[in-house]
Amino acid sequence: MANGRINKEVAIKWLLTLFALSSLLFLFLIFAFILLEGLPLFFKVGTSNIIAGFRWAPTKGFFGIFPMIVSSFMVTLGALVLGAPLALACATYLSEYAGRRTKTILKPSLELLAGIPSVVYGFLGVIYIVPLIRECFGGPGFSLLATSVVLGIMILPTITSISFDSLMTVPAAYREGSLAMGATQWQTVYRVVLPAARSGILASFILGMGRAIGETMAVIMVAGNALKIPLSPLEPLRTLTSNIALELAYATGDHRSALFSTGIVLLVIIMILNLIANFWVKRKVAG
Amino acid sequence: MRINPRVANRLVTAGLTFQALFTVSILILIIVIIFVKGFSNVTTEFIFSYPEDMGRHGGIFPSIISTIFLCLLSIAFATPLGVGTAIYLTEYTRESSLTRIIRFGVESLAGIPSIIYGLFGFIFFVIKLKMGWSLLSGTLTIMIMVLPTIIRTSEEAIKAVPKNLKMVSFSLGATKWETVTRVILPSAAPGILTGIMLSIGRAVSETAAVIFTMGSSLRLPTSLFDSGRTMAVHFYILAREGISMEKAYATALVLVCSILVINVIAYYTMHRMIAKYS
Amino acid sequence: MRTFLIRCIALSALVIFCTTCGFLSGPSADGGKRSVSLAGSTSVMPFSEKLAERFMLDHPEIGVDVQGGGSSAGIQACLNKTVDIGMSSRELKGDEKVLTETTICYDGISIVVSPKNPIRNITAKQIRGIYSGRIRNWKELGWIDREIDAVTREEGSGTRAAFEELLMKNENISDRIMVQDSNGSVKEIVATDPYGIGYISLGMLDQRVRALSVDGTVPLVENIKKKTYHVVRPFLYLTLGEPSRPARMFIEFILSRDGQAILRKEGLVPIHG
Repeated sequence: MANGRINKEVAIKWLLTLFALSSLLFLFLIFAFILLEGLPLFFKVGTSNIIAGFRWAPTKGFFGIFPMIVSSFMVTLGALVLGAPLALACATYLSEYAGRRTKTILKPSLELLAGIPSVVYGFLGVIYIVPLIRECFGGPGFSLLATSVVLGIMILPTITSISFDSLMTVPAAYREGSLAMGATQWQTVYRVVLPAARSGILASFILGMGRAIGETMAVIMVAGNALKIPLSPLEPLRTLTSNIALELAYATGDHRSALFSTGIVLLVIIMILNLIANFWVKRKVAG
Repeated sequence: MRINPRVANRLVTAGLTFQALFTVSILILIIVIIFVKGFSNVTTEFIFSYPEDMGRHGGIFPSIISTIFLCLLSIAFATPLGVGTAIYLTEYTRESSLTRIIRFGVESLAGIPSIIYGLFGFIFFVIKLKMGWSLLSGTLTIMIMVLPTIIRTSEEAIKAVPKNLKMVSFSLGATKWETVTRVILPSAAPGILTGIMLSIGRAVSETAAVIFTMGSSLRLPTSLFDSGRTMAVHFYILAREGISMEKAYATALVLVCSILVINVIAYYTMHRMIAKYS
Repeated sequence: MRTFLIRCIALSALVIFCTTCGFLSGPSADGGKRSVSLAGSTSVMPFSEKLAERFMLDHPEIGVDVQGGGSSAGIQACLNKTVDIGMSSRELKGDEKVLTETTICYDGISIVVSPKNPIRNITAKQIRGIYSGRIRNWKELGWIDREIDAVTREEGSGTRAAFEELLMKNENISDRIMVQDSNGSVKEIVATDPYGIGYISLGMLDQRVRALSVDGTVPLVENIKKKTYHVVRPFLYLTLGEPSRPARMFIEFILSRDGQAILRKEGLVPIHG
């Protein structure tokens, strides 16, 4: 009798171990297949020709994705510039100034923002933001500016959420001490709370960057997808993600491999960003 | 010129409040626009009839069914895997290099953008495993995508179960598994359910990964190997091709409403859990 | 113990149910007796959908599944036997010629601008100039001083390949030009941007955009038949070896009078006269 129970326990433990290892299996599969499809092209054509190449014409043998790497960074930076200050202000308000009732209403609302599909953002961007830019500032409207605005709105919930959590973990004693010394609330926030939460806030920025650089559907709809590096915020551009999505269904042979190579570059960039974010968070926990 | 700190404080407080309200109003604006422009087209006919003329007329019934199938199946596969992993990490091992590696794996999976999932799903399920653009390819891809969310939320929920409940169970002679299934899981259920709801929300709004694995056929999928068009994909195609603005807004409304409902349920169950333990 | 068992049974039941569904219907690409699958050119796709709608009315026991993916993907899918019929809007090249081609109709490529644009005619040379990046401003074509917002299709598109072959004549499309991945989205941009220009399948033309006449010839079906409008490409259905019976029935329907009438109504050029 007792043996039966123990055997079952052992069997279950092994089953659960397998389940847990499945995550590693999937991760391995994903990396393996993307590398399998994309790496050979790096050897065939030369890494510098891909990463530093300026011309993308895969059906004619040109696989340069440098303009797209630059464009991806530009939209991410643009999204941060537009979205991060607003998100940080929101987080600060929520944690330092809002009452409990406001907190319980606002925080879920912001997470709802995160739940809206990216294609809806892209759609509204095309209908409202693109013509606005075209009429007020010129250019086709499909531009770095439009993409930055849409992405900026999309990363608001991410940055707000994480910064908020960061701010909330600053001990009340810090605030009380500062106020006790006669500082106003803003002085307290500015000189005590924000610096204390600095690593978490920076981590949220980097995670926001990760989200922006990985976004595909909304970007395809508002960026214009031109291959040149944009010299002004009003010019159209193409990111690494759009490149993959635009041509994947159509591509064969070397063209398809080139898209996987684009995927590898994208993965590398995002992994680096995640490592940096984790590094900042560890600093916050340690210090 | 030094600004009086009290004045500065008032200005900044006003400024921050304004920015917070501005952010929330963007959200409200988005939902209002979709509601206003889509409402008149969302009729029972729209929900239950088939698309005609590439979606210019008719309804979105096949898309709704495709979306439901995709979500249900991917959650059905991901939940045992995810909850099992969470149970393993919290109850069956101590912190070791193995658990650290597994956690690293889960975090990495969470950070991968959806287009990469689309790439992977396309080359692995659609091409190499010869499943073609199908419900099956889509389900397996989305299953991997939502796995990290389920693992994370389940872990949090299980960790939140008071230790004395566990101790009492063991002291009564229950085995580990009996404790897990009869004590821990029921207590952690609301939190786990929240994770499942969030994952459903993610699966419903996902486009890039779905379009390259499940395809975009307008037909009603009747088998695992049929292709289908989820609401998000249908909306994307309608909007991008300018096929019909009204139908696009209507589809968006159904989409956003479903996500809102799912999120509300998720919040409700999560608050129930918080209320229960604090 | 009981709940554990119940949960196991429920889960297994779900899985068995699903796989049974899967096996009953089977992968349709294996030439399931009751379905036809097509994939390929996004230009041909909407018309295949229309034909499929009508075909399925007449033959309710056969299901027709139409996917996009682009001409090259359609050709590949056909070669790999992943679909019954591949759709292409460009000619086959090299090793692709092992496939059996069936021309179902001809399609013109029309150069379109916004209805707000007063220009009515454009020369082939001007088109080349715009898309190679040499001509950048509408004033060079006689309109206002404003940059031209040109749109092209993406690499791998049959429409783009046909456009490049027929109009670009070895010059490359400039990389400042915006790119969209379907006829519909190109049309959408041109319809909403007064300063836009693009090229789309003639069959996709509607009142939201205006087609320019090229070198004096208006893109109309009659002019294509008379061969005065040259920007034309064939729509091909491709099969590998002997097609399945439903696939053959579908192709026969398209080549029949009814099928060709549907295509003609859509603005395409039928193959007979």
